[in-house]
Parts: sequence; structure tokens; C-alpha cells
Amino acid sequence: MAECHPVGFQWVMEAKQRGAVVIHVDPRFTRTSALADLHVPLRAGTDIAFLGGLINYVLQHGLDFRDYLLAYTNAPAIVSDEFGDTEDLAGLFSGFDPATASYHPRTWSYDGARAAAPIGHPEMGADDHDERAAEERLGATGEPLTDKPRMDPTLTDPRCVYQIVKRHFARYTPEMVEQVCGVPADTFRRVAEAVTSNSGPERTTAWVYSVGWTQHTVGVQYIRAASILQLLLGNIGRPGGGILALRGHASIQGSTDIPTLFNILPGYIPMRRAHRRQSLDEFVAADAGRTGFWGNMKAYAVSLLKAWWGEAAQPDNDFCFDYLPRIDGDHGTYRTVLDQIAGTVKGYFVVGENPAIGSANGTLQRLGLANLEWLVVRDLQMIETATFWRDAPEIETGQLRTEAIGTEVFVLPAAAHTEKPGTFTNTQRLLQWRHQAVEPTGDQRSDLWFYYHLGRRIRDKLAGSTDPRDRPVLDLTWDYPTEGGHDEPSAEAVLREINGVGPDGAALSSYTQLADDGSTACGCWIYCGCFADEVNQPARRRPRHEQSWVAPEWGWAWPDNRRILYNRASADPQGRPWSARKAYLRWDPDLRRWTGPDRPDIEATKPPDFQPEPGAQAQHALSGTDAFIMQTDGRGWLYVPTGLMDGPLPTHYEPPDSPVANPLYAQQANPTRQVYPHPDNRTHEVGSQVFPYVFTTYRLTEHHTAGGMSRFLPYLAELQPAFFCEVSPELAAERGLEHLGWATIVTARAAVEARVLVTPRMRPLRAGGRTVHQVGVPYHWGGNGLSVGDSGNDLLAATLDPNVHIQESKAATCDIIAGRRPRGADLRRLVGNYRVRAGLTGPAGMERPDGTDQARGT
Amino acid sequence: MGLGDWIGRWPVLRQVAGPDRLGRGAASRSRHSDQLAPRTTAADRVVKSVCPYCAVGCGQDVYVSGNRVTGIEGDDDSPISRGRLCPKGAASEQLVNSPTRLTRVRYRRPYGTEWEDLDLDTALDMIADRVIDTRRRTWQDTDARGRVLNRTMGIAHLGGATLDNEENYLMKKLYTALGAIQVENQARI
Repeated sequence: MAECHPVGFQWVMEAKQRGAVVIHVDPRFTRTSALADLHVPLRAGTDIAFLGGLINYVLQHGLDFRDYLLAYTNAPAIVSDEFGDTEDLAGLFSGFDPATASYHPRTWSYDGARAAAPIGHPEMGADDHDERAAEERLGATGEPLTDKPRMDPTLTDPRCVYQIVKRHFARYTPEMVEQVCGVPADTFRRVAEAVTSNSGPERTTAWVYSVGWTQHTVGVQYIRAASILQLLLGNIGRPGGGILALRGHASIQGSTDIPTLFNILPGYIPMRRAHRRQSLDEFVAADAGRTGFWGNMKAYAVSLLKAWWGEAAQPDNDFCFDYLPRIDGDHGTYRTVLDQIAGTVKGYFVVGENPAIGSANGTLQRLGLANLEWLVVRDLQMIETATFWRDAPEIETGQLRTEAIGTEVFVLPAAAHTEKPGTFTNTQRLLQWRHQAVEPTGDQRSDLWFYYHLGRRIRDKLAGSTDPRDRPVLDLTWDYPTEGGHDEPSAEAVLREINGVGPDGAALSSYTQLADDGSTACGCWIYCGCFADEVNQPARRRPRHEQSWVAPEWGWAWPDNRRILYNRASADPQGRPWSARKAYLRWDPDLRRWTGPDRPDIEATKPPDFQPEPGAQAQHALSGTDAFIMQTDGRGWLYVPTGLMDGPLPTHYEPPDSPVANPLYAQQANPTRQVYPHPDNRTHEVGSQVFPYVFTTYRLTEHHTAGGMSRFLPYLAELQPAFFCEVSPELAAERGLEHLGWATIVTARAAVEARVLVTPRMRPLRAGGRTVHQVGVPYHWGGNGLSVGDSGNDLLAATLDPNVHIQESKAATCDIIAGRRPRGADLRRLVGNYRVRAGLTGPAGMERPDGTDQARGT
Repeated sequence: MGLGDWIGRWPVLRQVAGPDRLGRGAASRSRHSDQLAPRTTAADRVVKSVCPYCAVGCGQDVYVSGNRVTGIEGDDDSPISRGRLCPKGAASEQLVNSPTRLTRVRYRRPYGTEWEDLDLDTALDMIADRVIDTRRRTWQDTDARGRVLNRTMGIAHLGGATLDNEENYLMKKLYTALGAIQVENQARI
């Protein structure tokens, strides 16, 4: 955090000054470690074992926050007796289908009760999805299901979630943590004691993570593991608690909320799936829970369709629901790259991104770019994704040839953040408006300008078309006021459309006003209220000295300007703070409303003793103690009965490249991980002697992701002038590496050269019965700019988490040798020789390093 | 100026010989440094902004003279950052004023070996033509089993996470209307 979110880290330091204990769990020693009370290095890729150890510690010692657990989590819920755990099935859950390397999750459900995943099952194919949706409606027995599961408040029923979780993690002992993670059992116990003694009514513990937890084939389950721990300890929805995702970029949260992602529409509404016929009502029924705030999904969806297709969207045409294109599986960025190589993707827009450097397996990325018909790059600088056709590493090795690359390339200069107005959404869901400082020069334009005018021009060219395929384009609401000499569309007008308007055309103030009859229009329901009272709320900048510590008048947070999510849980079931020290919200019986320094994350006038009427829908079906208002059962889920591809509970699986056999299960790696067979995308054998070391990729304070915004700046280039790797003195001695000399790092994917930093910050660990050396690889570099070098991401294979299609880039294996890498065709020969030595010469995708695993070629 | 006088101006000598032994006051001053003024004092105006690097969202004060950014400082009003910026945020004046920033459209024709100039309006028109043409050629009404698809798999997009919400919104809206579904972002990476 001190490295990649330095200014945010000031709050950690302030907490430390006030007595907080700061623990840093990370394979490498960083500025964060230097300032922490305890640094716990662990083997990259083993955090589920570590977190599972903490969960087990809580459960074995009876340290859970019992009142919180009973009131706000699904710990008492009874699960179907058909459920089989990894303890019973050698590391697999019930329902695994080896032929498709996927789960049929029917047996994971609650006993006789329906639960719906908050955003449906966006990753599933349509048939699987429909099958699962039908199961959720009717249950395995065909009987209609209730919305709330049966509960055992004594937590003693062997089929209740509490007991299932306890059994699942029973073998995650301190000794097992030591064996898997390489963390001494005594160090682990220190962490466990610190975390548990700092949780409860009087205290809270926060967990902070970044892509060190998400960039794995089991990344979603990393976060799930933290969720279980925090729910057991009562650390969610309370001040000083939470699981805080430190997202990496200025508006990466905004890019998820208003997604440029294939599987969702704005506000996490699922994209449509391929069907013979499906009405809007059927779509909503299949994806939304009947209870909880997602029970209003039709209002959110209809309002979005009205925002996009305006007058054309009417009740008799299902509000243009059929204008939406359909997905039918994984269409994520890595799938797209493979399809570029296969030739089915013809045109590619790359906007403020540099995949030739920033994505895993740069070779695949560049082979994809080289096989397009046309490529549009919009950026501030001449990045490697724009210049691949003349200087990609594959040009040097002869794998590609400039004269043979047919890609037509348009490079368009972009406006900088000071040259356009607009909002970023930061990592705490806070929208902040930037005012425009200056005009861009030359051909520089905002991306708002580009997309508005591209759309306008396409609509002009299609005008008069009678082709029904063109109707969605021609009926689109696309009339934004423009300003200035460049006809810049008004960003504020777009923000107002996102906020939404009511029947009178005035800006809405809350998503609770949205209707499903077409009378409201709203571009992103969770952002509804950001333009309340016709005021640009994200532009509010009341100085911090003039408001409370929650600072509700600085910017605007979604939803409804709430700063702590699920903050109903900050009070006990009766609505009283759990303790004076941790007071946040309270129910005021005189005012008959929730009060506190924040907006309540529950209806403001819903009393703690509220009980829903039978048959009530949406939020009206939740009681006054149902703190997790987006869930169908109103509870935080320790156990996930539906919605995940790889199991209802986190399980330690080894990364695809691993130095050791899985110490916990016969199943080596995530059985449902996504692999993309390609000769340049091979993974390594478990415990490979050819690739004996672990490496992990990361960022530095002085550079930014793929370098487009940092390697071209003199200050930053001077601070970090060259690509380097970090190795321990022990590994340096073993491999003859010299400090400040050169090393070549080799995988079956690529070989790159880096300067060597020999440092005790890297520590060899004892894990899986052997010494594990780890190599640190910052990944910012490429050939352009002031600070240049090989790209660390070239070393990675693209192997993905099955839930969210994010790649494993934090734990892989490699070899490292002294000296610079070969040049030209010799470089490819070097990698080829390694492949031969490692036995990776058969058809790509056939390696099944763990026997039971199936390559899931999609 | 005599030699003694010249040597006497030498800061290190004044620090050793004078009262300002730590060199934090008078001893560190010179005629040159006395004439220095912060770039921010000469600014015509100060514009409130937000740092474009990581997701903390530090407040920035952008100092502007004419149509030029002359400095970017931390915004002390911000309850998030309290006026601080990290090395990247503090270098963002160089980000916006970089002499290597692209100012003109660059074009590489298929199988070409050099960049060529291209008018922005022409480029936009060519891109619009390619979108329309590719969309028509790669359109899928249904799949082999007769399920409705209504899409093109010929056009893909990958965006960075420094795009504004308003920009992402127009992108998703336009691509969805065009039937382009392979729309992705750094948020997936």
C-alpha cells in the first residue's frame, strides 16, 4: 500500500500512531513492510491457506463474534444434505463434471430455500444458466422454494453453514500454514492473536488488498476467504472494519460500475445471453432475486433502456429489450486475443491501455495485434501497442515481420486529465469531478469527444437504412449539447443522463425513485442521485476542516452517498451501537429513524424490529436486522450457495505453475481454471527442475502499470531508470548473479533480461518440504519512452480465474541465469531449448500437470 | 566584487561561520534564490482536479497561466489526501506538458513500414467506415442452434482505467447499440 497507494497509506500511519497494529503479509519486503509492526513473507499464491488458517483459528478457539454472526450472517442456515465437501472428495466439491471441467452446483444450495446470486450467473452459458435459474426457482425436488433458509441458531446442526465451514477448514492448522505458505507456525499464531484480539464489539480489524489477491486462478476465492474471516469476527459494515480493495487506477472502480466489461451493463445488470426467445420479465426472473434490493432489477433495467433508446423504448416493445446483443460464454480480453490470433476479430480499439506490455503473455497480445485488419490506439504517448508492427520483440526474433503485418493502425492523440472535465470513481466508490484547466492542443481530444463524434458519424452514414440491425444505432439517444471550437460534448449532460430523470424531466435524487413502467430514465442506477437537485454532486468540495470526519460533502459516493457499505451492521439487532467506541449508526426511537454521521445503508425509517409481510418483495421482504440488503436472504454469506463457478467455499489450490505438490489435497490446481491452449502459452510441470524458482510481478511507486503515463516522464524515469529484478543473496549465490549486473529470466513463454538487485528483502522460504526462492519482477517496462527495458509480463501464461476471467500473474515459476539474454533468433532458440528440456513439445493444451485436471479450452 | 567578498557569499562558509549552523535559514540563501518565486504565484487561476494515477483520488490544484498548466500541487482541502501527492502525482505536470506527447494523428497503412500523416477528420471518417463495414461482414443473427445473438464478434475494445465515467458510459452505450460485445477494460486485468 505504501508503494502503490502512498497517499492513502498516510491513514494507516495515522492509525498506527493511535495504537493500531499494522501487519504486512506479502512475499516481498516493501516500504509497507518497513513501516509495519510485523512483516510476514509468504510463498506467492498461498493466501487462501493463510486466511483459511485464520478462519480455522477463530473456529477452533471459539473466537467468533457470536451475536453478529447469528444476526447478520448465514452461519445458521441449513444446507442441502446432498452437498459434498472437498474433505470428502479429495479436493473437489460435489457436482464436478470432469468432461467439462466445471461444476453442476445444484447440491450446494440451501435446504429447501432459494438463493440468488446478486448479479445472476453472468459467466455461464445460456443453457447452464437457465438450468440453474430453474433449479433456484423450484429446487431439486421440484417444490417451490422459500426465500429464506431454515436456521439453526444453536449452530450445532451438522448441516448448518457454521459446522460446514468448520469442517472445511479443520486441517488449516498453524503447522499446515507453515508447510504451505512457508510462514513459521509461531509467526502465524502472532498474526492470529493480533487479528482476533482486535475484533469484537469494542474493536475492529480491516483487511486491505490489491491485485496481489485478485490476479490468480482462484482470485475470487481469496476475497471470499477474507469475507468469511471478517464476517466471523464481525468486521463488516463497521467503522475501522471491512475488506478494502485498493484498486489500481484513477477510475478502475468507475470502469466496473459503468462497465466497459463484456458481461455486465451499467450498475451490474447482467448482459443478455443467447436465447431462442426471452422477454424482459423472463430475463429479470432468471437473474434477479425476488427479495432484497435486486428485487427491483426490472426498474433498473427499464430505466437504463429508456436512457439509451428514449422514445423508441415503449412498453409494447419491451422497452427495446431486443436491441441488446447477446453473450454466450467468455468474451473477456484474453479470449478476444486468442480470437484475434485465430482471425475472427478484425478491428480493435485500444483506449488508454497498453496490452502489449500490461497484459499477461505479451507475445500472445502482439501476435493478436499483428493479425487484425485495423487497430485504433488512443493515448497520450506513442506506446508499444501502437508501435508493435515495427519494434515488437517478435520482430527482433523473426516471429513477426513488419512487411508481412497487414494491420492498419490509427494512432489518435488523447486529451489529458487537465484538458477535459469529468468524473473519476476512486477506490472507496467516491465520484470526484475534475474541472477543465486548459484546452488540448492539435489533434488531442477527449475520449468523450471521440466516441460522441464517432457515433454521430456512424449514425449519419446509416441514416435512412431499413436494415433492422441498424435500428438500435439509429434509435439511440445521442443528442448531447456541445461546447467550444471542437464541438466537445458536455460531460455534465452525460453525467446527468447517468443520474437519470423522472416523468417531469427533472433529475432524480435516489434509485428508490426508479420505476419499471418507463416513466423514469437512468443510465446507471447505482449512480442515481449524483445529480440530485440538478447539482453536480461529485463536484462538491467542502473543505475537510469544515465537516465531519466522514466528510459527506466531499464528492459523492454510490450508492446514495453512503460511505460505509452495510453500515446497518454497525449497530446491534436492536439498533444500538455495539459499543461506544465503535458507534456509527443508531436507531433513534423518538425520531423513528436511523441516525449517525453517514447515510444509513438500509431504509432510513425501517425499524430494527420490522418483520416483512408474507409474500413481500424486494427490500420490503427484508427485516430490520437484514443488514446485507443486496442479498436475497439479507445476510452476509460465509458459504455461497449459488453464484460461483469453483465452489461454495475457498479451497487452497496451487497456482498453475507451482514448485510443490498441493500439501492439502490430491487436487493440485483449481479444477475449473480457464486455460487457453497455444504453443506460446504453456504452463510448467509441478516441481519442475527446469523452472525451479517462483516469481511474482508487481508495481513500483515511481511507475504506473504499463508505463504509458510514467516511462515518458523525466522525473519518474530518473527515479526508476531500468527494468530490474529482486533476488535474495542466497539465490544470487546459487545462480552466480551479481548485484547491478544482468540476469535473464526464462519461462516456457519468454526470456527477458533485467538488472539484478541482490537484497535481503527477498527471503528464501521453507515450503512443501523444500527451499523456495522467489524472484521479484516489476512489470512496467517496454521499449518506448525514457526508461526502457524488457517486459516482465512476457514471462506469464494467460491462465484465468473461472468466475471473473482475471489472469494468474502473481505466482509462477521460472529459471534465472546470469548475464544478458541472446539477441535475434537466438532468443527464440533459448526459450525453445527450455521447452524441450521441460518436455513441453507436444500439442499445446495437452499438459495436465496434476493428473485429474482437465484443460478447459473455451 | 573582491575575492574576499565573493568567498564570503559562499553558503557553506556562512553556515560554518555564521549563526545558521544547520543551513536552514539565512546561510542557505543567495541572490539567486532570493529572486526565485514559486511558479504557482504567477498563475492566472487555480483549477480543482483529481490525480489521474492510482485509485486513492488525491485532490489536485492545477495552476494555469494562459492556456498552459504551470504547476500541479496537492489540494489541502481534500479529506482524502490532505494536500499530499506521491511521486507520480507530483510529476503530473510533466505528464500533461510532456514534449513527447502525441499532438497529431499518426497512420500506418497495411504492410507499411513508416508512419504517415492523416487529418483527424479523415481518420474519424475512415474509422467509422471500418466499423460499419466490419460490423456488416461479421454480423451474427443467430447461432447454429437458432438462438438469437444480434451481435458482431469482429470488433473488440480494451480501455484503460483512467477513462472518465462519462467516457465509459458513451463507449458502452455505442458499442452495445452496434452489437459489439467484446468490450473490456483494465478492470478485468
